Amino acid sequence: MERIPILKMGRFLLVSIQVDMDDRTALTLQDDLTSQIVKHHAAGVLIDISALDVVDSFIGRMLANTAAMARILDAHTVVVGMQPSVAITLVELGLSLKGVRSALNIERGMELLQSIAREAMPELEPTDADLED
Amino acid sequence: MQISKTETVEVHGSSEVVSVRHAVRRSAVELGFSLVEQTKIVTAASELARNMVEYGGGGKLTLEALERDGRRGLRLIFEDHGPGIKDIDAAMRDGFTTGGGMGLGLGGAKRLSNEFEIRSAPGEGTRVAITRWNGTS
Repeated sequence: MERIPILKMGRFLLVSIQVDMDDRTALTLQDDLTSQIVKHHAAGVLIDISALDVVDSFIGRMLANTAAMARILDAHTVVVGMQPSVAITLVELGLSLKGVRSALNIERGMELLQSIAREAMPELEPTDADLED
Repeated sequence: MQISKTETVEVHGSSEVVSVRHAVRRSAVELGFSLVEQTKIVTAASELARNMVEYGGGGKLTLEALERDGRRGLRLIFEDHGPGIKDIDAAMRDGFTTGGGMGLGLGGAKRLSNEFEIRSAPGEGTRVAITRWNGTS
């Protein structure tokens, strides 16, 4: 069975789905992501779906579940790069992907994750007072 | 209406749901469907193929290339010999599921198609046929 690689980049995990996943591959990715969040104390997960030309209800549910599990584990999820035809189809299918944050591309997704993480944990960022010392 | 080309795909597991997506995509491209039309019918096919695997114990997809009044279309017929559906109206409603899914499969597939037809009876399996015509979105 195929396995989607998960990359670690600082406090974030990065996944780029490059293959048409069958349901088992999608569930394995969900499990892998959840355990990697815990293992690396990740603050955020970025999932790039720009190579996916179909997102059906199963993949959509996997994305929503992953985001929900990540949230419980104190990490935020951003899905990036959804193709316009996929977005149109998802809405007609009836899937709203509630709770899943999205961004146009990887660069904007990373910025979004960084700003969410900064808001959530301001003490980790250098403040003016720190800089004066 | 003319049926110009048919193809069948056996569907028994989740990896064959992927094969269905690829076969439907290929046909939709051949018929000159726009990217949005391709995506809609491939997504609908994915939902119906998964339903066959999950509830019907697997089945068969028949793809038919159609032509009517100079317009080309793609008809997909999903047939299984599973337990059938007791209450089709309930099964068509969004959110209704007897399995672990989201209950968007049948209603969603209908919304993504131009024509939708379902026949099922307890003990007699299920047959779902959907059609999309080129140039409709």
